Amino acid sequence: MNDAPTPAKVNLAEEFDRSGVGPVLKQLDDELIGLAPVKQRIREIAALLLVDNVRRKFGLISEAPTLHMSFTGNPGTGKTTVAQRMSEILHKLGYVRRGHLVSVTRDDLVGQYIGHTAPKTKEILKKAMGGVLFIDEAYYLYRPENERDYGQEAIEILLQVMENQRDDLVVILAGYSDRMNTFFKSNPGLSSRIAHHIDFPDYSAEELELIAQTMLQQMQYRLSESAVLALREYIPLRMMQPHFANARSIRNALDRARLRQANRLFAQKNHQLSRQDLMTIEGDDLRVSRVFA
Amino acid sequence: MRVTQGCFSFLPDLTDDQILTQVQYCLEKDWAVNLEYTDDPHPRNTYWEMWGLPMFDLKDAKGVLIELAKCRQLHGDKYIRLSGFDSSHGCESIRISFIVNRPAHEDGFRLERVEARGREQRYATRAYSLDRPEGKRY
Repeated sequence: MNDAPTPAKVNLAEEFDRSGVGPVLKQLDDELIGLAPVKQRIREIAALLLVDNVRRKFGLISEAPTLHMSFTGNPGTGKTTVAQRMSEILHKLGYVRRGHLVSVTRDDLVGQYIGHTAPKTKEILKKAMGGVLFIDEAYYLYRPENERDYGQEAIEILLQVMENQRDDLVVILAGYSDRMNTFFKSNPGLSSRIAHHIDFPDYSAEELELIAQTMLQQMQYRLSESAVLALREYIPLRMMQPHFANARSIRNALDRARLRQANRLFAQKNHQLSRQDLMTIEGDDLRVSRVFA
Repeated sequence: MRVTQGCFSFLPDLTDDQILTQVQYCLEKDWAVNLEYTDDPHPRNTYWEMWGLPMFDLKDAKGVLIELAKCRQLHGDKYIRLSGFDSSHGCESIRISFIVNRPAHEDGFRLERVEARGREQRYATRAYSLDRPEGKRY
């Protein structure tokens, strides 16, 4: 390793091109709307890893940084989607060896009887080696109301691996902000081992509209002019309602609109349908929603 | 006497790095890697004790090495072998198998002559270590 001649100068832009991270970051920008602070943080992490790689070429010490993360945010703000991209980015930068994502919840880690938890958790950790372990709704691991709960055991094993095998896997804990905060408060050891606490902000009405457009494009639908107006009215109304889950609510609304569109087309049986008819969602398809009531 | 069975057994013992590379090869072929141990070195002893379950759905060899380290901690004085099971249709059996751990001192085998009916002479090989009870052989 040390025999390799140290280059006199290195062009960071070239290194960046060679790593293949550029396209992934660009995809992240294009496909995910909003989330400015999240993207900013991912860029920073990518920059750090890239500079570390270059430092290594010059023979400078670059200790593997801790990259365990926590993603907090309201439902439907894109935590899982970003986690998937994250594993790809970390793989491209050579931080994790395989770059696969193992997504688990409490059920996959915690056993049902004494002595069942440790093997179960270790099994999952083995599968996640060389990749990213994504623990969704991580606060369920800790149940303070039951002191004999086996979740604590899983947390202890996780802690040990997070500390000792930092170069083998990256752990991402995700969940809703308020409950994650109490979770971290009651498990200070966990909180201090996580280097990046990333908060996912709620989407604004304009961002949600853009998201709706992208989703429709992927499903090969389009909105008529009246439907665009209806959607613009619909989103702020839906945001006021209880159980609003950002992008997920929008997806559900669009699914219901598709249902109504299909029903409408079916009602006019003898009508000859064109490609346009099949693709277009009319304003009325949206306006029937109970949100407008 | 050095027991030779499975792949690589005429080579010097594999280092952990070499084992890692072999395991990664197995995983890339979608084989399930399995660990077994025994203290009866006879070549006809094919059914060794399993160390846990075969490891399915692994992506990275490091997970197997963690298990191997744990197995060595408990059974470091026995033979441990690692095998790759190919579950694809038409094969459904072991594709690769090699010894990853052996006792510090291998006693070897003796040849036993047994008088049979008439003037017939039968032979058997028997490991010296089998003279001692299971668990105390090495």
